[in-house]
Amino acid sequence: MTDLETFRNETRAWLEANCPAEMREPVRDDEDVYWGGRNATFKSDAQKAWFEVCRDKGYTVPAWPKAYGGAGLSAPEAKVLRQEMSRIGARPPLSSFGIWMLGPALLQFGTEGQKQRFLSEIARGEIRWCQGYSEPGSGSDLVSMQTFGEDKEDHWVVNGQKIWTSYADEADWIFCLVRTDKDNKYQGITFMLFDMAGGGVTTRPILLISGNSPFCETFFDDVKVPKSYGEDCPGFVGQINRGWDVAKYLLGHEREMISGIGGGERTAAIGSAMKRQSAKTGDELDPVLRAELAMFDVDSLAFTAMGEKFMDEMKSGKGHPAQPNMMKYVGTELNKRRHELMMSAGGSRSLEWESEETGGGKPSRGWLRTKANSIEGGTSEVMLNVISKRILDLPGS
Amino acid sequence: MPLYHDEDQAMLADTARGFMADEGNTTKQLRHWRDRDCPDGFGHALWKQMAGMGFTGMLVGEEDGGLGMGHVEAGIVLEEIGRNLTPSPFLTSSVLAATALKHGSNDLKGRYLPGLVSGDSVFAVAIDETAKHRPSRITTKAEKSGNGFKLTGAKSFVIQGASADMLIVAARTSGSDDDKDGITLFAVPKDVANMSHDAVRLVDSSMASQTKFDGVDLDGDAVIGEVDGGREVLNAMLTAGRIGAAAEGVGVAAGAMDMTVDYLKQRKQFGQLIGEFQALQHRASHLYSEVEIARAVVIKAQQLLDAGADSAELMSSVAKAKVAKAAGLSVKEGVQMHGGIGMTDEYDIGLYMKRDRALQEFLGDAYFHANRVAELSGY
Repeated sequence: MTDLETFRNETRAWLEANCPAEMREPVRDDEDVYWGGRNATFKSDAQKAWFEVCRDKGYTVPAWPKAYGGAGLSAPEAKVLRQEMSRIGARPPLSSFGIWMLGPALLQFGTEGQKQRFLSEIARGEIRWCQGYSEPGSGSDLVSMQTFGEDKEDHWVVNGQKIWTSYADEADWIFCLVRTDKDNKYQGITFMLFDMAGGGVTTRPILLISGNSPFCETFFDDVKVPKSYGEDCPGFVGQINRGWDVAKYLLGHEREMISGIGGGERTAAIGSAMKRQSAKTGDELDPVLRAELAMFDVDSLAFTAMGEKFMDEMKSGKGHPAQPNMMKYVGTELNKRRHELMMSAGGSRSLEWESEETGGGKPSRGWLRTKANSIEGGTSEVMLNVISKRILDLPGS
Repeated sequence: MPLYHDEDQAMLADTARGFMADEGNTTKQLRHWRDRDCPDGFGHALWKQMAGMGFTGMLVGEEDGGLGMGHVEAGIVLEEIGRNLTPSPFLTSSVLAATALKHGSNDLKGRYLPGLVSGDSVFAVAIDETAKHRPSRITTKAEKSGNGFKLTGAKSFVIQGASADMLIVAARTSGSDDDKDGITLFAVPKDVANMSHDAVRLVDSSMASQTKFDGVDLDGDAVIGEVDGGREVLNAMLTAGRIGAAAEGVGVAAGAMDMTVDYLKQRKQFGQLIGEFQALQHRASHLYSEVEIARAVVIKAQQLLDAGADSAELMSSVAKAKVAKAAGLSVKEGVQMHGGIGMTDEYDIGLYMKRDRALQEFLGDAYFHANRVAELSGY
């Protein structure tokens, strides 16, 4: 038996022994997701138990080094763990922007001191982070952002406004792009880290068409951001005025995440589930809808293979560095199509906005939520621009 | 297994790419034979060269004189065949027939495999009976007659049928037209009496036959596998053939796309390169994405088939359907973005469009395979 097969058997046995049955049910709503943080509460004992056992084994961040709270798994081992968790439908024990975004940035650009402190806090679910990138006047054209940090020797005084800060109202700390040089567009931004409870930060949730408010407007009013949190632990990632490098790197990760590739394997094909669902309401799939579902399943199953290839190539360094843009573009467009078809297959039942049977309008709210997929983290149009420029090498783009 | 070529496979890809670009290009092969009205539609000399490269017997076991390679390797050659629009018997002989003969007796293997490996023989497969691929329905009959069988019926879309030294024919030996069981596969030599080919040239300049069997006498040893148990062999052939056709389709798609993207960087209108227009950039980038996904699902299907996984069957249909859509998009965008010259015979982009159309139809188009994905998924 190869080492990997041994690892698979051990993992399977470990999951069997440690993952509570309740944690193998599909995630129904945001309450089922454990985000961690200072004010976090567990929805159930099972959620608590599952989180704690994973935290202790380093499985909240399996591929991170053990020194920072991970399990130090190799890429193939991490893949095996993902596959085995997916096989039994195990929920992620901890979700957070710290895991998905700040963590990768710190692993790449952070100092040892930053890794020791911030990565471990993230891995243990102690601090919940949010991301401060977009501004009201800077969406796709992110680099035009204006939030400014005035240099005061050992700290900055930050003023400005961010928008689309996910769950800012529930976050503890923010990683935030702040302009520190007004004369230098790309090399005048610093990637700062600061506590949202330190004074001067206000958040206001934004009500979306889905009726939910996962995003906020976040206002900075003379927020004091230290340049250092102690020895070898700066209050910024990378270098001062070179935060754009970190941001660009992170956008790559965000694109992978939104494309559904980084976050485990979702059920790709939906046709058979839609047929069963129709049968429950006494309906049948219209032949033309069935055909559309079949075409969707072809695209979706093919994209799943693409996701696997993409991950394999990224890990071996074979992939084109701009490939995450392609994954993000296709993944989000597919997800929008998936929800359009689910709405059609669900008929009038899927229109219900508040009913108990639909879990409070999950189908319709979820459908509306997907419309943001191809806007957030870089619009589809921006993704296509990047592919044109960096992969196809087309002129003048 | 990671979803990319290992070192040996990458080396094979380099070799195949160079060889096909040098020897299999449209000037030396497709246009050459087309412009001479070649009745075979391909060049035997190239087929011998491909044998010299070790390509023809890639899927043939080493014990039978082949290389004992898998479908990832065969797909590497097919992608280059697709990219260069190279007419050759590779898909039908080296993939479909070779897969069928794996199930044949030692006698059959000894009779046919050496010719395949050496590039002296060409094989064809006779499955379809109507204008659309529908292998669930087999009406061509093989009735017991003495120690052998008498074959009666007609097959259509038999690629290179009239040029083939042997045809693999799916016939009904029992049951009714749509029965799953009761199918038998036969290796029918070219010189049998009462077999006739109506050879027609197709849109892509390939040659296909309407082949008639008017009481063809076959020995019992012409049977491949078990009498009445041919469905399994037929399915194995079809799965391998569909994945192979998909690999060739990726080559067609990529070849057309590369040509088109190059053109966008050369052609000027309104005082600028047309590749500077965002309207075209976005379409080209979308096309790139689709071709990348098509390539990914094909290698996934190849690996599953090589591993003997049950899911290879589902994935073969996903691959065939996805490639048909992606390659179809590639050639259509290719002709449109080339503008007027895309409509001329002088430019190869139109040849890609023609080849894609024929390849889409072969062993089931996107509609057939999307429907099959639905059926295999239970809806």
